[in-house]
Amino acid sequence: MGVTGVSEILRIENLHVSVDETPIIKGLTLTINRGEIHVIMGRNGAGKSTLASVLMGHPAYEITEGTIHYLSQPLEELTVFERARAGMFLSFQYPVVIPGVQVGTFLKKSVQSVRDEPIKGRAFRKELNEAMNTLDMNKSVLSRYVNDGFSGGEKKRLEILQMLMLNPKLALLDETDSGLDIDALRIVAKGINQVAPEAGCLIITHYQRLLDHVKPTYVHVMIDGQILLTGGPELALELEEKGYDWIDAAPEA
Amino acid sequence: MSDEAHDAVGDYRFGFHDPEHSTIRFDKGLSEQVVRDISALKDEPQWMTDIRVKAYQHFIERPMPDWGNCHSLNEINFDNVTYFLRSSDSTQNDWDDVPEDIKNTFNRLGIPEAEQKWLGGVTAQYESEAVYHSIREDLEEQGVLFLDMDSGLKKFPEIIKQYFGTVVPHTDNKFSALNTAVWSGGSFIYVPKGIHVEMPVQAYFRINAKNMGQFERTLIIADEDSSIHYVEGCTAPTYSTDSLHSAVVELIAMKGAKIRYSTIQNWSANVFNLVTKRGVAYERATIEWVDGNIGSKLTMKYPAVLLKGEGAHAEVISVAYAGKGQHQDAGAKVHHLAPNTTSNILSKSISKNGGRSSYRGMLQVTPKSHGCRSKIVCDALMLDSESRSDTYPTMEVGNPTADLEHEASVSKVSGDQLFYLMSRGFTEEQAMGLIVNGFFEPFTRELPMEYAVELNKLLELEMEGSIG
Repeated sequence: MGVTGVSEILRIENLHVSVDETPIIKGLTLTINRGEIHVIMGRNGAGKSTLASVLMGHPAYEITEGTIHYLSQPLEELTVFERARAGMFLSFQYPVVIPGVQVGTFLKKSVQSVRDEPIKGRAFRKELNEAMNTLDMNKSVLSRYVNDGFSGGEKKRLEILQMLMLNPKLALLDETDSGLDIDALRIVAKGINQVAPEAGCLIITHYQRLLDHVKPTYVHVMIDGQILLTGGPELALELEEKGYDWIDAAPEA
Repeated sequence: MSDEAHDAVGDYRFGFHDPEHSTIRFDKGLSEQVVRDISALKDEPQWMTDIRVKAYQHFIERPMPDWGNCHSLNEINFDNVTYFLRSSDSTQNDWDDVPEDIKNTFNRLGIPEAEQKWLGGVTAQYESEAVYHSIREDLEEQGVLFLDMDSGLKKFPEIIKQYFGTVVPHTDNKFSALNTAVWSGGSFIYVPKGIHVEMPVQAYFRINAKNMGQFERTLIIADEDSSIHYVEGCTAPTYSTDSLHSAVVELIAMKGAKIRYSTIQNWSANVFNLVTKRGVAYERATIEWVDGNIGSKLTMKYPAVLLKGEGAHAEVISVAYAGKGQHQDAGAKVHHLAPNTTSNILSKSISKNGGRSSYRGMLQVTPKSHGCRSKIVCDALMLDSESRSDTYPTMEVGNPTADLEHEASVSKVSGDQLFYLMSRGFTEEQAMGLIVNGFFEPFTRELPMEYAVELNKLLELEMEGSIG
């Protein structure tokens, strides 16, 4: 808990991360408080997705320096599923196919393990109906296998459905908007806006257009493993117009 | 149970055993006299005694198979097997009359409950013979015969004489010879013309005694345009010494009939399970084997269908799970002996903790069988690198018009799948359990709901404590 009544969700200090001994994140500092939406933009290979994966606990990444605190607890103390159960959620850039496992079963079991309490069938179905209505999803998806034969848009929508059902304290969205048409984009934004007031949000994106529907608190520019510039929503518009070169070229502050 | 025995079988849920309960128990070992004694005890007609003795001779002369897991097969000590054990003086039709401790066993296995809820009939075999048997009255009134095989032979000797050994002759293999010599128990079913038995009928096989041999014999005849679904389940207690289960199952589907035979074999990991299952399908008939092999030390079983009539269809869906110390050598055989016959074979296997699963398949199309179609899909999933999976497919295609497809895949659980599931709150074991259940889903969905739920629970239990 912050001292001024702001509640701190995530605090990253001087984070360095390597994969196969190649440094990817090189000294990143970022604090996310409840109710804040942080957007990270940057070129491919800047380390944006790495950041999301590291936070969720992907075993391929090694933290070589720095600290991460989640809800005031050192994050390293938590395994992947413990992070999920402590309210962390990652919307995957490439959601994985789980053959033979029906979406409905999967959602129920997932919600059950995260909440760590038995859920009543009827209450669960009601909750699920509401979330699916919000996202304009067809019930038939529940009997399909997780991400099996899903289009890009369907996969992303299922990620957001999971987010609504798991109701996270920290939502990490890794290029959830990529490859979506305007309608799907609006629906995804609706999901994010529903979760955002009570959570911390970290949105990784290449495009300004999501920000027509989701109002960020901060926009960060990530270049070569570091945040080089932070601004408000207007920064995203500026990046859309000018690209990233002017930031590289600027003398270091 | 010794530590070693426990190590071998893991946490097998049905590993409890009752104090041995026998009214007649033969000495261990096999001889012509033992064969004659079994027959005499059952007061059988002479022709059956003669078949038994002939089969015994063949068993003695026939060498062990020189394929499959010979090493493991040769561990079987035929002299250390009890070939006949009667645990109850008669087969009861009223559950209350079943001896108390046997009743407790089947209560623990959930049998009477299942019967009340969703079955058309039940037979429960304990050691060598059925101890309980019932069939719904409406089925009986329609002329459906569902008896244990011993009663079947007593009441309908003509039908049995006509069909016994016609699908699986005693000369088929060493273990079919053994079964024919010493068979006891099993089911006999006859479904009259045009009758569709809507609710599945179930048989439950339980080995309780140590070093026991169980040799049930099942014969199912579906007359023209009839249908039936037969389900069997098997368990045994966990001992540090081995038991032998060697059944023969013969199915006959007349013109337009349909037989589905579902098995969930969950023997403890000290049981040799060497079973011959074969069906004959006549014109437009369908035979479906739905075969799940979860338990046993070594299983060698290849459900077979002879497609003898034009337009007949075979379906063999099987799953095998091989854990530590287990070898599941399973598969399917389909013989297209008539024109325009079709078959689908789906085999899915999982190996874990050094377990081994093999698919062994035979597909034959004879020269006169034009217009046949067959699709074979074999998927293997390995849960670690010390486990093993092999495929031994054989195809003999004598007719150029045959349309055959064969797909095989071997996969491992991917790190991405585990990470994705764990990010949704599942422990690694739970994630593995979900992936395994999903992999078996094409099989599970073919089972009656109650069995599917039970199988999924079983697999989840198998995944527990499995991640190092």
